[in-house]
Amino acid sequence: MTTSTGVEELPIRTGDDVVRVRQLVRARAQEVRLSLVDQTKLVTAASELARNTLVHGGSGTATVETLTRDGRSGIRAVFADEGPGIPDVDQALTPGWTSGSGLGLGLSGARKLVDEFAIDTAVGRGTTVTVVKWTR
Amino acid sequence: MERVPVLSLGDALLVSIQVDLQDNTVLALQEDLAERIVSTGARGVLIDISAVDIVDSFIGRMFASIAALSRLLDAETVVVGMRPAVAITLVELGLSLDGVRTALDVERGMKILRALSDRRGLPVADELDDDLVPVAEGGGPAAGA
Ligand SMILES: Nc1ncnc2c1ncn2[C@@H]1O[C@H](COP(=O)(O)OP(=O)(O)O)[C@@H](O)[C@H]1O
Ligand SMILES: [Mg+2]
Repeated sequence: MTTSTGVEELPIRTGDDVVRVRQLVRARAQEVRLSLVDQTKLVTAASELARNTLVHGGSGTATVETLTRDGRSGIRAVFADEGPGIPDVDQALTPGWTSGSGLGLGLSGARKLVDEFAIDTAVGRGTTVTVVKWTR
Repeated sequence: MERVPVLSLGDALLVSIQVDLQDNTVLALQEDLAERIVSTGARGVLIDISAVDIVDSFIGRMFASIAALSRLLDAETVVVGMRPAVAITLVELGLSLDGVRTALDVERGMKILRALSDRRGLPVADELDDDLVPVAEGGGPAAGA
């Protein structure tokens, strides 16, 4: 069974908000004692996804919570927007593919950096990306 | 928005990133550096990222852009002090940073800049060789002749 505690939500409307999301994810990752490398991976993934929420989604929220399951702890971060959605998720997850002027490494990179990764998106309705990183 | 200060050290520019980098700060730093390379005639740029705890694709691209633009402006860039966890994450993210020169710390970075500059016969920072007349300074050979 997975239990969740300490849910916190932050808005993502500006570049400074993206920095605040990173800081919150870092603090929570330290709290559950993720290793330094795993903290860095999770915060980097969060930075990519928060930027996508801002740049591609227009604006949105980040929700961060602490999970426990079978004696392990984890951090879940959910990035949600009501932007244009992603028409072709496979394409969006292809390293190097971008619809804009980015490097196209954010979504594919974030997936590699975390333990669990899910995208829920619909054209015209928005996008929600959920990631989890567990302690070892 | 916070700005990252750019310091002049001899004919090198020194950037030590001590703030949480948001995207506009990153873009501003790129522009500031381009202007400062031209206005100071700097031959080397040293970027110290030992205090930077994450490098994502946007920040990583800045290093590659600065390296490329400094080369166009006849200067070399060295990025120093990358944390091991940051390096591991960058590789997994898929960012290779081709074309970006790196060194473990400031001292080694300065050594690289000096070596590059010696090869071109021009001094960097305080490593002025007595035998060399700095061509861009003082209006020519009058002083020595
Ligand atoms: N929240 C989002 N809303 C709409 N489209 C998105 C969102 N996140 C990612 N995308 C799409 O997926 C593509 C790939 O994303 P990413 O790998 O982060 O690259 P980049 O942001 O550099 O373009 C984006 O170019 C964009 O088309
Ligand atoms: Mg992106």
